[in-house]
Amino acid sequence: MARNPQSMRSSLAVVRGLGSARSGTSEFWHQRLTGIALVPLTIAFVWIIVSMIGKDYNTMRRILANPLAAILLLLFILSGIHHMQIGMRVIIEDYIHREGAKIAALIANAFFAVLVGFVALFAVLKICFS
Amino acid sequence: MTDVKANGGTLLRARPLSPHLSVYRWTLTMAMSIAHRLTGAALYAGTLLLVWWLVALATDAGAYETFARFIGSILGRVILFGFTWALFHHMFGGIRHFVWDVGRGLDHPAREWITALSLVAGLALTILVWIIAFLIR
Repeated sequence: MARNPQSMRSSLAVVRGLGSARSGTSEFWHQRLTGIALVPLTIAFVWIIVSMIGKDYNTMRRILANPLAAILLLLFILSGIHHMQIGMRVIIEDYIHREGAKIAALIANAFFAVLVGFVALFAVLKICFS
Repeated sequence: MTDVKANGGTLLRARPLSPHLSVYRWTLTMAMSIAHRLTGAALYAGTLLLVWWLVALATDAGAYETFARFIGSILGRVILFGFTWALFHHMFGGIRHFVWDVGRGLDHPAREWITALSLVAGLALTILVWIIAFLIR
């Protein structure tokens, strides 16, 4: 195999042949993608909360059971937990350098995001369908 | 620069460290970069409040009453105000980063303006929402 003499890749890297597989920026891209989605969804979320101010329990449930409000809230939760998991992952990778602690923190981060997300999604769906 | 001994016992000069935050003069862009990360981390913790609210609402009126009493207390209000500000601050900070991502607003003084604008917008929208909240209460 002809090698570009200017290449900075080591011989081992060339033999292994593992490149980025075009996935190197996927986390960066997902952070932006969810971020873009979260701008209107955050406005919608705050709008829903504000519309509930001063309302009693049953009225609040009725507001959330509205399909538009529920779908916007579900999308807000989904985009939000994905966005925050990536964000916290970057923070962990920046500040925790001990390998064991770093992996433990990354696992805890993933579990926390999924747990929070699913509990919140379940609660919204329960309000909608009961 | 202090000298350190490498594994073999040879005396080496310490590797130069990249300059950390403490060696720079404080700038607005720097402070706002840190604030973006801090508000992000705060919102991460704040999702617990969101979950409490939704679960209480999904459970029954009694569970919601417990949540409502907490959020209506002084501490609850302060946390909710902080949550609102962190949300909007982080949102406008994100928009600022989108502008930078496409290569706009990176020059001086555009970057200073856009940073100051995102700070003011976050505060203004927070205060506006709370004024609306108190008016329709």
